[in-house]
Amino acid sequence: MAIRAFVLVLLFCSSLIPSFALYEDQVGLMDWHQQYIGKVKDAVFHTQKAGRKRVIVSTEENVVASLDLRHGQIFWRHVLGSNDAIDGIGIALGKFVITLSSGGVILRAWNLPDGQMVWETSLQGSGMSKSVLLIPKVGGDNLIFGLGKGCLYAVSAIDGEILWKRDMTAESLEIQQVIQAVDGDVLHVSGIIGSTQFGTYKVDAKNGELLEHNTADVPGGFSGEVIPVSRNTLVALDFTRTTLISIQSPDREIILEHTPISDFVGDSSGIAVILPTKLTGIFALKIETSVLFVRLTSEGKLEVAGKIKQPTVISDMLALSEGQQAVGIVQHEDGKIHFSVKLVHDWDNSLLKERIVMDHQRGLIDKVFINNYIRTDRSHGFRALIVMEDHSLILVQQGEIVWCREDGLASVIDVTTSELPVEKDGVSVAKVEHSLFEWLKGHLLKIKGTLMLASAEDLVAIQDLRLKSSEKSKLIRDHNGFRKLLIVLTRAGKLFALHTGDGRIVWSLLLASLRKTEACERPTGLNLYQWQVPHHHAMDENPSVLIVGKCSSSSDSLGVISFVDTYTGKELNSLNLLHSVAQVIQLPFTDSTEQRLHLIIDTDKRGHLYPRTPEAREIIQRELSNLYWYSVDTESSVIRGHVFKSNCISEATNEYCFTSRDLWSVVFPSESEKIIATVTRKVNEVVHTQAKVIADQDVMYKYISKNLLFVATAAPKVSGEIGSVMPEEAWLVVYIIDTVTGRILHRMTHHGSQGPVHAVFSENWVVYHYFNLRAHRYEMSVIEIYDQSRADNKDVLKLVLGKHNLTSPISSYSRPEVVTKSQSYFFSHSVKAMAVTLTAKGITSKHLLIGTIGDQRYLDPRRSLNPSQAEKEEGVIPLTDSLPIIPQSYVTHALKVEGLRGIVTIPAKLESTTLVFAHGVDLFFTRIAPSRTYDSLTEDFSYALLLITIVALVAAIFVTWILSEKKELRDKWSCL
Amino acid sequence: MEKGKGVMARKWAVEFTDNSSAPSSRDIPDPPGFSRSSSDQEDSAVARQKKDAEANWKLQKAWEVAQSPLKNFLMMGFMMWMAGNTVHLFSIGITVSALWQPINALQGVGKVFEPYKDSKIDLLGPKLLFIALNLVGLGIGVWKLNTLGLLPTHVSDWVSSLPPAQEVEFSGGGVPLH
Repeated sequence: MAIRAFVLVLLFCSSLIPSFALYEDQVGLMDWHQQYIGKVKDAVFHTQKAGRKRVIVSTEENVVASLDLRHGQIFWRHVLGSNDAIDGIGIALGKFVITLSSGGVILRAWNLPDGQMVWETSLQGSGMSKSVLLIPKVGGDNLIFGLGKGCLYAVSAIDGEILWKRDMTAESLEIQQVIQAVDGDVLHVSGIIGSTQFGTYKVDAKNGELLEHNTADVPGGFSGEVIPVSRNTLVALDFTRTTLISIQSPDREIILEHTPISDFVGDSSGIAVILPTKLTGIFALKIETSVLFVRLTSEGKLEVAGKIKQPTVISDMLALSEGQQAVGIVQHEDGKIHFSVKLVHDWDNSLLKERIVMDHQRGLIDKVFINNYIRTDRSHGFRALIVMEDHSLILVQQGEIVWCREDGLASVIDVTTSELPVEKDGVSVAKVEHSLFEWLKGHLLKIKGTLMLASAEDLVAIQDLRLKSSEKSKLIRDHNGFRKLLIVLTRAGKLFALHTGDGRIVWSLLLASLRKTEACERPTGLNLYQWQVPHHHAMDENPSVLIVGKCSSSSDSLGVISFVDTYTGKELNSLNLLHSVAQVIQLPFTDSTEQRLHLIIDTDKRGHLYPRTPEAREIIQRELSNLYWYSVDTESSVIRGHVFKSNCISEATNEYCFTSRDLWSVVFPSESEKIIATVTRKVNEVVHTQAKVIADQDVMYKYISKNLLFVATAAPKVSGEIGSVMPEEAWLVVYIIDTVTGRILHRMTHHGSQGPVHAVFSENWVVYHYFNLRAHRYEMSVIEIYDQSRADNKDVLKLVLGKHNLTSPISSYSRPEVVTKSQSYFFSHSVKAMAVTLTAKGITSKHLLIGTIGDQRYLDPRRSLNPSQAEKEEGVIPLTDSLPIIPQSYVTHALKVEGLRGIVTIPAKLESTTLVFAHGVDLFFTRIAPSRTYDSLTEDFSYALLLITIVALVAAIFVTWILSEKKELRDKWSCL
Repeated sequence: MEKGKGVMARKWAVEFTDNSSAPSSRDIPDPPGFSRSSSDQEDSAVARQKKDAEANWKLQKAWEVAQSPLKNFLMMGFMMWMAGNTVHLFSIGITVSALWQPINALQGVGKVFEPYKDSKIDLLGPKLLFIALNLVGLGIGVWKLNTLGLLPTHVSDWVSSLPPAQEVEFSGGGVPLH
């Protein structure tokens, strides 16, 4: 088969075959698209004026979005680049949303109602500093002050023009705070010099001139941050964390005042931490588990205002109309959250106290933002925007959850699938086909549509009917295998099960094993694996998935694993491992309950077998001599092959632990080559045939091995962006390595090319994408590997009689002769992710999904400028220098998957069809048929019309038969 | 012999043909006063001549029928050439008819030559020619089938269904997870 590489590029997909495109009315039939924003970092409410109330948020996915406060929908949204993190947001002039990003050097203004960009200003800075965005509430100059990369600058809010810029790096001041004086003309900049000095600067807000400069020594220095408490007071902890230092700089002088923490709490045994809040007149001090609120009195003294025992989250300051300052405090207590709002000056009373029942699957509260509104009785009402531990966003008002967004789904780490339960007798079909009348009505409408008799309203009704088809969202398995559960692990450590039919969340689970515990400080989820996929003899077991995580980001931290039932969404078991997790190898063996055997390799190169059952051990003991593994060390550019040796000696459970020894290594010269990408074939890929039929019915034997690794290395210098080096200094070398023996099957150098390399390995071919510096264009190359040692199996008679060795097991040690063919093409798109379609039996031709899509027929290394007649018949396309992308072939049609990170393809039971799931900030799901749906009728096929046609034809036959009989009889009589 | 058997199988039969020339069949005695020899004597020569002519004519006809497939070949060949070498409805129809006609003809060899059956002539020659020509026609049909690629005569036809070979070794791993 000509490899059909379709390219799904960056945004979405399409192909040369026009039929591959969708018709307008097919949109949404088999695809769904969900938009998310990610974990909210900062939120600004915009509710003052009449009109639509909204909240502007910035998130950790670098999204700035405007959300509807009533329903939580996205009014508009912008996804900034992955390295353009948002540092601050604000609203200027009441109509612009200002964002400060990229470490404080890019300032953008967006139009508040529609999200159009109004202006963009970028600054060059050399130093390092916090980034601060300051939008003055007073003063008519419409200035915006920013701090980034050691520069303080003022920008006009109207057009983004830089009015002045002052480099603060010369003063070696580590700036902690920028505030504006009451009259608006002076900026107070304060920070730490060295570690033991405190300095303040006064800068003219109009022209950036330095007005005043004061320093004061702090014996011993600070620990942690310096927190502003009021306009001219800052608070910090000294280096022993036992004394609070309040720094006051009313005028010229800096007054330091030391207050031991033991003054507030009897014995200060715990370590005190100042919570980074933006409050005035008050600040929060965390000692052990309790939170202490310390108020600054008008005389400049510190006094305790209140104390809260439970874990607490504090909102920023909210200025109420009468000049009062309110603070929102949210506490978590057995399944409920307590939301209270207090005034700074009247701490003992609360303006508001609410209790809200919260789903415990959302975990603890992470952040809270409050906003007030005036009730009809003129009193203040409050709404709170709460960010939960699972990154979901919740709006709470009047003691109730108004809306909730599952924004954890914007940061998917890994995806796997699970089958749905088989239909049992208990499941009623009647409920689906609600009533015969409805069913008939639906079909009647469809027939009307087919016969073009439908009115505009009917057409709308038909479309609704098709989209809402209950068929696709049922929670049972279907014949074609289109309905499945997508099990998704998010960065927050939450597991979601999404239905492929409509994308709804079937269940969600905040994994207890991936939450912070004493043993495990900062657990992160790594990967998801299918643990148990029951079929055959274990039909009554529920399928389950394995979640592998580790306790911290360091490589030798201990691992955690967890097993979750995919039908119920319950955690079956979880283990805190006694070893680290470097790799997880899914073995091609299952035990009697269909549990897949997994080997977890730790950093000491020992393999740990799971599940820990004697049966599993028996299986692996039998196969151990043929098990190999390899490790890719990108740091030192070495690939090593290992083989398992024997059981571990040291460990208690040593029957399940295997040591390994090095077998081979491929060392790339570190001065000229650095590994930038490795790709292998998908473990679950099914290959239908080993032969590729070429012109004249000749055969080439594919070299199909699962033990192949594609490695791309690049010159170490070429690590930066495209254009940072000359073409002469850049090169890209690709290798195909056998991971059992370490044999290099193919090596090729692309001179003047550089990464990033995105590659796909399937069957016997690799397609990879890189940048050609000489041609200033992206390129895609294909390599196909053929087995020469079997090439002489060409005697038909022998094949008929079965006298061949084509199906006998092969070993990599037999060193099969291989030949490779390769070709390169220009490609007009950059690529974010690449995947290949997988089908159940591997018969259907393959499409490449290239974060943007095309037909892989175009990536056939046998393409030539003038293909012979025979080659043309075979479907070889004449060679062109670039690969076309047809707009209609975008799988995602008009939609966009923002921040695309991965594309997952899942075979359906129907051979022609592949399910495609793309995830990034958005989620997108569809199913595609690379060779069209040759094995099924289309979904909207009108069975009723067919039936009616048949009935009508049969009736017509009878009627005409009777008529002709009558006529004949009459004719006979008339003859007489 | 064949005729005798036929007679035996039937309950009764009336033969209108004059079998006088074959004395073995004359089991019915002539009516009294009827003398055959005197009146037939001069006719018999004419009749024999006539019969010979008829047999000759039949043989000629049989040879003609035997050669009839030849005419078909030209027609067939033209149609096949028109149909081309790609598999579609037209070419398949032509090929199937090219195969069906000879097979049909071969099945009905006896029937085709039935009218020319005569005790005097030997139909073996025409029959053999007829069969041979039809076999040639069949061959052309099969050849066409092969050019359409519908016969499993290539390596690819036998290899495509073979599953890929199993691998002895298994290897896994990759870049360390982080």
